[in-house]
Amino acid sequence: MVKKREIVKGINRRRLLGGATALGSLAMTSKVFSQVKANRDNLPPNLPEWTPDLGPGVDVNPYGTPSIFEENVIRRNVPWLTASAESSVNFTPLQDLEGIITPNGLCFERHHGGVPEINPADYRLMINGLVDREMIFTLDDLKRFPQTNKFYFLECAANGGMEWKGSQLNGCQFTFGMVHNVQYTGVKLSDLLSETGLKPKAKWVLAEGSDTSGMTRSIPIEKILEDCLIVWAMNGEALRAEQGYPVRLVVPGWEGNMWVKWIRRLEFGDKPYMTREETSKYTDLLSNGKARMFTWVMEAKSVVTSPSPEKPILQKGVHQIRGLAWSGRGKIKRVDVSIDGGKNWKTSKLHGPVFSKSLSRFTFPLNWNGEELLIQSRAIDETGYVQPHIHELQKVRGLNSIYHNNSIATWLVNKNGKVENVRLG
Amino acid sequence: MFGLAKLFISTVCFLLCVCVSTYASERQFYLGKIATPEEVLGWDIDVRPDGLGAPVGSGNAINGEEIYAEVCAGCHGDFGEGMDRWPELVGGEDTLDTHDPLKTTGSYWPYASTMYDYIYRAMPFGMSQSLTVDETYQIVAFILNMNDIIDEDFVLSNKNIGKIEMPNRDGFLLPDPRPDIDVFSGTPCMSDCDVPITIIGKARDIDVTPED
Ligand code: HEC
Repeated sequence: MVKKREIVKGINRRRLLGGATALGSLAMTSKVFSQVKANRDNLPPNLPEWTPDLGPGVDVNPYGTPSIFEENVIRRNVPWLTASAESSVNFTPLQDLEGIITPNGLCFERHHGGVPEINPADYRLMINGLVDREMIFTLDDLKRFPQTNKFYFLECAANGGMEWKGSQLNGCQFTFGMVHNVQYTGVKLSDLLSETGLKPKAKWVLAEGSDTSGMTRSIPIEKILEDCLIVWAMNGEALRAEQGYPVRLVVPGWEGNMWVKWIRRLEFGDKPYMTREETSKYTDLLSNGKARMFTWVMEAKSVVTSPSPEKPILQKGVHQIRGLAWSGRGKIKRVDVSIDGGKNWKTSKLHGPVFSKSLSRFTFPLNWNGEELLIQSRAIDETGYVQPHIHELQKVRGLNSIYHNNSIATWLVNKNGKVENVRLG
Repeated sequence: MFGLAKLFISTVCFLLCVCVSTYASERQFYLGKIATPEEVLGWDIDVRPDGLGAPVGSGNAINGEEIYAEVCAGCHGDFGEGMDRWPELVGGEDTLDTHDPLKTTGSYWPYASTMYDYIYRAMPFGMSQSLTVDETYQIVAFILNMNDIIDEDFVLSNKNIGKIEMPNRDGFLLPDPRPDIDVFSGTPCMSDCDVPITIIGKARDIDVTPED
């Protein structure tokens, strides 16, 4: 009887500790976790401090969140990159993730006017222009179409853009984190178009967002009919607000800017629209002053997520080099790993599932004896395309490019196990 | 469309395994509603390079100066030079092939229509789609004038926005030539590869990485 009362008291004490106090201790715990060694009192043969007490019940956390010890696993931004946080970007912490799925709350954000708050009851998708019937769909209408579930990576064309001229940002997150990979649920655009019909002259689509930036991109009709989706869910739940809630466009394998979020309209026309995002931005300025336009596909790329600048090697002995690879042209066929700066390569283990236009996971065993390493990875996709060196890209495209840097990165592992982003030449 | 042509198209589509239903004028699911012309008009705000979609209206740079100063200059500067870190709208000519290219509406944008389209849909930043049609033409005319593309009394309108000659009109290359490097050359090198392995730069030395 006495014992029972104590347990109840224990729960109450925890409850009372909610709010400010709990937040304070949370911040401390995580610092402790990342900087200080384990608490011996919790190690065998002792009884760990969490064992005797009851933990929070099922009514405490109706929407689950990560363990407080994972509070370092967050999106991060680079404040100096942009003038305003509303038109800016943050980065996925790839170095902390496993497998191929990006958790919804960690998918990088890029928007041009902040995140709008859209009541799904007020949501409408308009289809107009060169169609037989100009139409409007509610979210409920969309969900009544035959649905499809697909895994796709979404990569910003500017991922790695700061690294064109040389190594700038010392982190896997900041140099590769403008990519995420989730399972989408939605309707094929080709199915939607069976309702509106399509005039034979329709060759281009303007996709338009309903946020304050009114994001717009032109997409050729072949791509729209091939595999584009209108989606309302990611990883099994409604889209996150910052990912386009309630509805976004999915343009598999092509640059993220085209995947218009908060999409309100698709207009069919016979010519491209030449929006600001496909003229002023998302064009590739060559050294002769001319710029490539409509460079949509994201070419094969890979990154070693661990070891990486954020994931130093802490001990000698066996480790697993872990990484991700993807290609906008299809499936990843193979990923090679080098630990000597690209002089010698070995083929890594590619883990399933390997989907087309999706992140794929690779690992490679490493036995580290405290020597300096130059770690690289090199992706090869099913078309035979091999991820290039930055010098090859620079030779053809010059130094003024921002977008489409899919080159091989180099992590220098120092003798003390610390890892940094370096450029070889 | 004529019946025969339609038959031809759907046969071709069928042969190519392209979704035939796309061209069908019969609805399959009977979902959604027909949009009224007013509904479409309200949302169809895009303007194409040839001027298609440009709303009826006009304005010149003289009239644009005042409204620009009022709603745009705070961020983009009185002369489009860009305050603090906000984007420049003017200048940059003859810089595109240098080590420090400056891309502005004047030096880089191939079409004036894009200025109308973008400024109306997205500016002023955080108060988009609040300008009137004439105000938008006036402001576009003012920025074009600051870039020495039109005279200050030139009346920009839906009739001529598709005909403005932008300096960098021919500055863009199509189609995408990628893969643009020799990456299909059989098996990639696996051992003793001829690659540079000297460290020529470290991100740590540049020291611009944010810290927690
Ligand atoms: C509060 C600051 C602010 C105000 C006021 C503002 N802008 Fe902007 N403007 C921006 C920002 C920020 C961007 C970049 C947005 C982005 O890329 O997402 C921008 C981009 C632009 C661009 C595109 C530049 C390029 O090279 O791509 C043009 C053109 C422009 N603004 C014109 C205007 C005009 C005209 C007005 C007045 C009607 C105006 N802006 C008012 C902040 C502002």
